[in-house]
Amino acid sequence: MDAAAAVSQLFTGLSMASILLMMALGLAVIFGLMGVINMAHGELMTMGAYVAYLCQLLFAHFVPGQTGWSYLLALPLSFVVSGLLGWAIEVALVRHLYGRPLETLLATWGLSLILQQSFRTIFGSNNVFVSTPEILTGGVALGASVQLPYVRLFILGLAALSLGGVFLFLYRTRNGLMIRSVMQNRPMAASCGINTRRIDALTFAFGSGLAGLAGCALSLIGSVGPTTGQNYIVDSFMVVVLGGVGQLLGTVVGALTIGEAHALIEYFTSSSAAKVAVFTMIILFLQARPAGLFPSVGRVLD
Amino acid sequence: MKVNRRGFIKGALATGATVLGPTLVGRTPEALAGGTTVKVGILHSLSGTMAISEIPVKNAELMAIEEINAAGGVMGRRIEPVVVDGASDWPTFAQKARELISRDRVATVFGCWTSASRKAVKPVFEQYNNLLWYPVQYEGNECSQNIIYTGACPNQQIEPAVTWLLKNKGKKFFLVGSDYVFPRTANAIIKGQLKAMGGTLVGEEYAPLGHMEFATIVNKIRQSGADVVFSTINGDSNVAFYKQYASAGLTPEKVPILAVSVAEVEVQGIGPQYCKGHYASWNYFETTETPTNPKFVAEFKKRYGHAQVTDDPIEHGYLNVYLWKLAAEKARSFQPMKVRAVVGTVGFDAPQGKVHVDPANQNLYQVARVGEITDSGMFREVWKSDGPVKPQPYSPYISNMMCDWARGGLVKR
Repeated sequence: MDAAAAVSQLFTGLSMASILLMMALGLAVIFGLMGVINMAHGELMTMGAYVAYLCQLLFAHFVPGQTGWSYLLALPLSFVVSGLLGWAIEVALVRHLYGRPLETLLATWGLSLILQQSFRTIFGSNNVFVSTPEILTGGVALGASVQLPYVRLFILGLAALSLGGVFLFLYRTRNGLMIRSVMQNRPMAASCGINTRRIDALTFAFGSGLAGLAGCALSLIGSVGPTTGQNYIVDSFMVVVLGGVGQLLGTVVGALTIGEAHALIEYFTSSSAAKVAVFTMIILFLQARPAGLFPSVGRVLD
Repeated sequence: MKVNRRGFIKGALATGATVLGPTLVGRTPEALAGGTTVKVGILHSLSGTMAISEIPVKNAELMAIEEINAAGGVMGRRIEPVVVDGASDWPTFAQKARELISRDRVATVFGCWTSASRKAVKPVFEQYNNLLWYPVQYEGNECSQNIIYTGACPNQQIEPAVTWLLKNKGKKFFLVGSDYVFPRTANAIIKGQLKAMGGTLVGEEYAPLGHMEFATIVNKIRQSGADVVFSTINGDSNVAFYKQYASAGLTPEKVPILAVSVAEVEVQGIGPQYCKGHYASWNYFETTETPTNPKFVAEFKKRYGHAQVTDDPIEHGYLNVYLWKLAAEKARSFQPMKVRAVVGTVGFDAPQGKVHVDPANQNLYQVARVGEITDSGMFREVWKSDGPVKPQPYSPYISNMMCDWARGGLVKR
């Protein structure tokens, strides 16, 4: 591996990590903090990607020639739309199944199938495309054989911003404080006057919104179709489990570890082999430390 | 179609008296069971990961059936399609095929897309001696009496595309594909061909189906010094591959990609701006200029929406239904093995041009084409073979076998 290859592979690993992080952040909130296994998480991401597509259609219709700006609108909108969808899911379905993980898993899996079929009915079974804004095409050339694509740098930045946002929200706002208190000790939080139902819905909606944002970001490099979310869901769970459920820092380190390991192994073998190797390493690691890289102390998942 | 005595008598009384002429009654009794309609099965994935590709093919098959019914049906019978969902799951395909044949008693089945689904239903069709019409290009290496393969054989798509690339784009090949039977077989053929024709292989990579992270593979392509990339990537992964290829600064002028699983439908999903200038090889493009194609395209868009495009598998789904109709009429029977016996004697003026089935191996004689993707996501034909190419399901580059039913099936070349 020469220097150019090493640089581009390290960057690839970092970029993979940022994508994994975007996908896993929402899950870290819903699965990590709330302990809800939401199998429809991938579809909330798909929703975000479709929002980007819809914005593009709207712009093409009302302000033709300015479609590059549609993506700027899509970013916040994808968060809001998926968040609202998540809120509805919590109120209508998940709320009634707290403390029953198996039922939650089955119900949300059914929901994911319903959502997939709805996407298929509304948007058609074919993939649609989201065009990259003009300023994000191309990349920074480092020498002759390395190019860092702007799109990847953008997702890297967006992942860092999202992470910062989640941190600020959870640790620097009143709602964040209430979320953490409810997740740590529900009866005590309730007896202090916190409306736990509202907090549950808020947390779920927040995690769903993050999924939507991830979907919007991924529409720049991946497919947008009814089953798009399915391509990412396993990897997202893997990141959260490896990092340690309930730990934001764990999710970050988990994403970085998987991203870089995958990129380096893939360079010397193949992508199938890299997947197998990374999964094997995760399984072995979890045998030794079932709670992940950063086990949560206390009663989060009691 | 299995016929029991009661069904036969009832059918003979009903149709013999009303629909068909008395001359037919004595000759083809099995065609008479079932009244004034004839049931056919449509077996595609309407849900799951393959639905994106298979639903338009199902639509094309239904369109052909409706057209035939509007024109009076087959031998006076209205075709009644039984549409079932294989759900992108191979055991489900086998189970649904069994249901179609043994419960619904269909005369024939149009369906499947992936080689895996075809291989799952093959024993079912052989057990019941029914007939499957398979519409998608494939890797060959199969010889079943109970399947009519109308998608391209390797020598009608892959091999001519490699020859064209060697001649026009360069000698150094990088092969990328999804990790399953078709890409691996296709690449084995290409490697054999490169060796025989003086090309060199500078890289070979596989990604799991549904893979979305192509940065490493793209890096390897950059560093390999390849002249061309030959892609057998299938499904959703194509979107990620083309987008990431473009954003890494690789252009069709520097290193063009030629794909054999990217048609008009896939281009729409990738976004034409990411794949324009790259190439694909097929037997049919929406832009193929034949007398019959404009009507086919217009009719398809009229039924399924103006934004719908047609492509190679869609066209093959459509022509399959017509080939079956013509063969059944020629055989004067819906009995699958009687239809099969005459399938090589009928020709159809399909949207891609005149085609007919090779009775030796039950694949289609058809023209091979290479097209360049345009701004609008259509193809501009840059090369086509001189006339229809005789199908060769066992590529000479990897096999010394051949399929010839005149000699009893699979035999040494």
